[in-house]
Amino acid sequence: MLKDNTRGYGLVTIALHWLSALTVLFLFGLGIYMVDLGYYDDWYHEAPALHISIGLLLLVVMSFRLLWRIFSRSPAPLPNYSLPVRLASTAVKIVLYALIFSVLISGYLITSADGRGPLLFDWFRFPVLIQLSADSTDLAGWIHEVFAWLIIIFAALHALAALVHHFVIRDRTLVRMLKPVSKPQD
Amino acid sequence: MKTKHLLRSTLAGAVLAGASFASLPTLAADYVIDTEGAHAFINFKIQHLGYSWLTGRFNDFDGTFSYDSDNVADSKITVNIRTNSVDSNHAERDKHLRGSDFLDVSKNPTAKFVSTGIKDIDDGGDEFDIVGDFTLNGVTKSITIEVEKVGEGSDPWGGYRVGFEGETELRLKDFGIDYNLGPASEVVKLELHVEGIRQ
Repeated sequence: MLKDNTRGYGLVTIALHWLSALTVLFLFGLGIYMVDLGYYDDWYHEAPALHISIGLLLLVVMSFRLLWRIFSRSPAPLPNYSLPVRLASTAVKIVLYALIFSVLISGYLITSADGRGPLLFDWFRFPVLIQLSADSTDLAGWIHEVFAWLIIIFAALHALAALVHHFVIRDRTLVRMLKPVSKPQD
Repeated sequence: MKTKHLLRSTLAGAVLAGASFASLPTLAADYVIDTEGAHAFINFKIQHLGYSWLTGRFNDFDGTFSYDSDNVADSKITVNIRTNSVDSNHAERDKHLRGSDFLDVSKNPTAKFVSTGIKDIDDGGDEFDIVGDFTLNGVTKSITIEVEKVGEGSDPWGGYRVGFEGETELRLKDFGIDYNLGPASEVVKLELHVEGIRQ
């Protein structure tokens, strides 16, 4: 029920998938909104603080998700998947993971460029690992923005593929990511 | 790399000029601003909401000037500022300042001041105004810097130095920076401290 097996995904994987999907979308929207806030807007300070805190939480969740994935037994591809489909879906997943971590890490590096680590709400201040120079901070900012847009593009492809599998090809691809696999027997 | 070459050629030029005119007694001496030893500062301050002053500085700049206390009116100065070196002691604010809302440093990496004249010489030449063209954010405007000489003389290592302090004000809008920081924060004050080493 909780763990993945060769027949499908467990509850943990499914919960992590949808939790991070919604969080990524929320962070993207909040990010686009907050960079255009004027100095006298009420949310000028609160929106970035929230964006940073949620982003840090997602960094923790995604790190756990990556470890969970590495140490889980992945479900076998459905028998109707052709080789190109398998390769393409795997490639998109790897790209999405890489993009999400790049955006999370670049965001963290921007906020820690000060020598003060970013604040996770009022609970905890993250440590500073490296302090970027001005040019590197600007590069991190560029990566953060451009890669965030790429995440949205690749996530849209990923979602479109899932919908095609569900409504056109009519296989269990999408259902596998919604319904936890029943019995842990192989 | 580019700035190093520029600096080197300016230095070479200054040295050559110094050597060829060494015999003429009344000619103003050439100085290089001692940014190497960091005895020069370009500080700025701007009001925050009208409640306090926010201060910062540009860390990377270079410049040369010519000056003779007997002939202050012939003084000249050129200063180049690398705008990406803006430092207000807050990395995220500095990132914002480097961006297109303010200094737009990727488009306008250098700010430059070139003097065009000296006026209002006072106090036996120790106080004067430098008029010059200041280029910031790609916009060039004539500004006036009020200058006061701090001191002049030999240093303990065989060199000769002269130092000044200067003040001027810029209206950010004049230089195409119109991000709304509020009515109290439309003008930025520059406080300049310059020490030159005679070449």
